[in-house]
Amino acid sequence: MLRKTSLHAEHLRLSGKMVDFGGWDLPIQYSGVIDEHLACRTNAGIFDVSHMGEIDVHGERAEEYLNFLVTNDVSKLTPGQAQYTVMCHEDGGIVDDLVIYRRASDHFLLVVNASNKDKDFQHLLNVKSRFNQDSAQLIVSDVSSSYTQIAVQGPKALQIVSELSSEPLNELRNYCFTEGRLAGTIPSLIARTGYTGEDGFELYVPWEAGPELWQSLLEVGTPLGMKPCGLGARDTLRLEMKYPLYGNELSDTTHPLEAGLAWVVKLGKNDFMGRPALLRTKELGISRQLVGIKMLDKGIPRHGYSLYSADGEQKIGELTSGTQSPSLRVPVGIGFVDVRFAKPGTLVTVEIRGARIPAEIVPTPFYRRTH
Amino acid sequence: MNYPDHLKYTKDHEWTRLEGNQATIGITHHAQSALGDVVFVELPQVGRALKAGETFGVVESIKAVSDLYSPCTGKVLEVNQALLDNPALANQDPHQGAWMIKVEVADPHSMDHLMTSDSYNKYIESIQ
Repeated sequence: MLRKTSLHAEHLRLSGKMVDFGGWDLPIQYSGVIDEHLACRTNAGIFDVSHMGEIDVHGERAEEYLNFLVTNDVSKLTPGQAQYTVMCHEDGGIVDDLVIYRRASDHFLLVVNASNKDKDFQHLLNVKSRFNQDSAQLIVSDVSSSYTQIAVQGPKALQIVSELSSEPLNELRNYCFTEGRLAGTIPSLIARTGYTGEDGFELYVPWEAGPELWQSLLEVGTPLGMKPCGLGARDTLRLEMKYPLYGNELSDTTHPLEAGLAWVVKLGKNDFMGRPALLRTKELGISRQLVGIKMLDKGIPRHGYSLYSADGEQKIGELTSGTQSPSLRVPVGIGFVDVRFAKPGTLVTVEIRGARIPAEIVPTPFYRRTH
Repeated sequence: MNYPDHLKYTKDHEWTRLEGNQATIGITHHAQSALGDVVFVELPQVGRALKAGETFGVVESIKAVSDLYSPCTGKVLEVNQALLDNPALANQDPHQGAWMIKVEVADPHSMDHLMTSDSYNKYIESIQ
């Protein structure tokens, strides 16, 4: 039995093409991936991301606990700020990537991948058991089924969300959030965060308020060119930014330093899960690195395709994602290569249906917004 | 969707139009709709010998890669250059403008078993 978000009936009404996404019945597309993708880049896109997991952490030891759990430095967050980070196993492999919202000095909301939520929650409980057992000092709860999460992304997102917001949003900086009301009465966490490379918001509201907020946003946004976007456009938008996706670029055996995530690993802070392993990796150096590639001849790179040296002799890595970029109209891919081949400008080949097709390592992100 | 009566259909969601011993082959509306935005098409060389059931090309959308299977044994006479240049034709005009290849069929009767538009419609209903 597939799980449904609070917006399931809205997707059907909008003729969304529904698919099984990790056990959730969600729209892969409505009007078409390219159309939705370009709407988000030029005007705005609205996404149902309610399948994401939310975990509430509070208590006087919450900061200390989270700073042991994740690689980034949670102590740098003031209430109203958000942070992207990963959490690692002892061996440095990535349990998940997540965003932490600090709601108060002793209160945090963690947003994790849907497919990892149960694993993550168990990991959080395991780590919690290392801490003081006084339950009042540290409470960790899975609150995923309490929230509808809607993302509004794109150059017109600010205008659209502002129109429905009780709080002024103009001055809200990237990776900051405020708590207020949307569409009159809906209590909301309004965050200037996203996964598309555009300006935009992620809105967390009570589960049952989802349909009302979705409809209000469509009412305001549709005349401005906003379109509902499915999982297909969400994937192409993040791929153009080379944002990693757990299950493709990230896994239990991927180290954050290989995946271009050194910027969220603060080895100089206190001890944390995986730190000894990551320190060792840093000292020894990484052997493979996540890079972007551009095809130099016909063919679309895809997840799982092998990368070879330019002469086609030596296998040097594997692609983790790829598609035809709707914004750039060229095929692009991301994948792990041997570090000796990771420099932008390096010529490589991609094996596509038995043929070795020329490609080049290029700087990323592939796409940069101009507005 | 209206599947034209003058075409015949395969379970791989391809259509063929047989004129004498020449078959024109493309993918159906159902196939293009399931794929979504088509962004790349790969077709065989003119002159290539095909066997029934053999892969003759590839169609790729933003999110998926799908093989094309020949419904007949024969020789490739022509490929649709307009489709290679503009793969989105496969979404816009699947049953006509986005034909893929023309084949000189070894035995036209070998295609008698392909589905009529009625049976293809029922087949689609049965798999949904």
